[in-house]
Amino acid sequence: MPDLIRHPGITQGGRRSLDIGFYWKDPKKKDLKLLKVRIIPTLLWKDSGLVKGVSFDSWRRVGTVLPAVKVYNMREVDELIVLDITATRENREPDYESVAEFSGDCFVPLTIGGGIRTIDHIKKLLRSGADKIAINSAAYDDPDLIARAAMHFGSQCVVASIDAGRMDDGNHYCYAHCGSARTGKEVVAWAKELEKLGAGEILITSVEKDGTMEGYDLDLIRKVSENVGIPVIASGGAGNYQHFHDALSIGKSSAVAAASMFHFTEQTPLGAKQFLQERGICVRNANMRQ
Amino acid sequence: MPTALIIDYGMGNLHSVRRAFEECGANVLISDDPKDIRKATHIVLPGVGSFHDGMESLFKSGWCEAIRTEAGNKGIPMIGICLGMQLLAEKGYEGGEIQGLGLIPGVVEKLIPSSSLIRLPHVGWNEIYHTKESPVLEEIPDGTDFYFVHSYHFIPSKQENAISMTPYCGEFVSAVMNGNVFGVQFHPEKSQKYGFQVIRNFLALN
Repeated sequence: MPDLIRHPGITQGGRRSLDIGFYWKDPKKKDLKLLKVRIIPTLLWKDSGLVKGVSFDSWRRVGTVLPAVKVYNMREVDELIVLDITATRENREPDYESVAEFSGDCFVPLTIGGGIRTIDHIKKLLRSGADKIAINSAAYDDPDLIARAAMHFGSQCVVASIDAGRMDDGNHYCYAHCGSARTGKEVVAWAKELEKLGAGEILITSVEKDGTMEGYDLDLIRKVSENVGIPVIASGGAGNYQHFHDALSIGKSSAVAAASMFHFTEQTPLGAKQFLQERGICVRNANMRQ
Repeated sequence: MPTALIIDYGMGNLHSVRRAFEECGANVLISDDPKDIRKATHIVLPGVGSFHDGMESLFKSGWCEAIRTEAGNKGIPMIGICLGMQLLAEKGYEGGEIQGLGLIPGVVEKLIPSSSLIRLPHVGWNEIYHTKESPVLEEIPDGTDFYFVHSYHFIPSKQENAISMTPYCGEFVSAVMNGNVFGVQFHPEKSQKYGFQVIRNFLALN
């Protein structure tokens, strides 16, 4: 990209809009490789076991967390999300020792969630090797926690996680406590509020689609993506590579997260990248050998 | 064996940085005591957080002077990562106008989205392009992906201090250098093999 190199960004003036994120919209930009779409395996963790459920229920044990983290690290995935699904329910603090163990062998960006209620919890998690933290339930009781976290550690480290389900009126509403508590908050309004409070990213999970492998709730993903200016990670329902493509192109998300699909099928993050790259979406490492 | 001192000023993903430097062959010392800086062959200023809080903690704990003496005057190799890179500037505008360490001439400002499709923070894997040869980015091919997560960027006042740029929000300077002092906006500790290459390049400096 010689055109860019001529202007090494020294001046604020003369900016050009070259970075659209996806280049398939403009074939002329085909050789511009830009900010990559992220494929993010999500690991759900309960009593030190790796689990996966369907619609936030019927949890099934699928292994242990540490070996899974090691495998994903070796395969150089873009990022990992590890969520402790029982910490909030059991009114526990995050398990810092386990986090330190996971992160010791993880040289990819690591987001940790579950049970985070205070600034001190976040500080300890960052010290234990988390790069970003995900806050869900605590934000409903104490929205200011998001603001304090962003002020202290920077927005870039605060992922606001939203679990949402569709109600009879056609709107999506948010759930707290791992899908078990209705909050009455409409999802778009809540997402905008989280952005305003200082969240740096939104992880949006469909409670109904989660674990079904039937595809994301594209309506939900798109609604949230179109109404915030921060990156959105689509979650809940991915079962094949085309679902990723849908979440990115129709849902307009910046990243896609998946769990069941990687646990229960032969499909891999690398396979997903090759599929997406063939269809003109920017990914990284699509050609690496494993 | 190089001794990398990781400055603990309450602002970092310290464990990640430590593991990466250990993996690259350094003896790592994490310290919140500026006196320890004399034990270091290499200084690492990590950091996630705001410019304002970062400078305040560095100032309160006495690190500013120690860093200016060791890296600024004595020439010990130093690298700032993410917020740590930004703090090397003369001034920042995150949380008001604030004085930085002033080791590399320039200011830190918020990225300006170049279209409505651009999201901030800039999160994820993006490419770097060399604008000048530098020892820390040796053997890193043009177009290599590194992991970024930030909303502000370093604007050097002299072009010669920019060593790489990245295309986002138009484009921004993703690595800087001034003699023995280096800064990278991306996270080498989270950028896998090329990230490790940057760390090893840095540790090879005397």
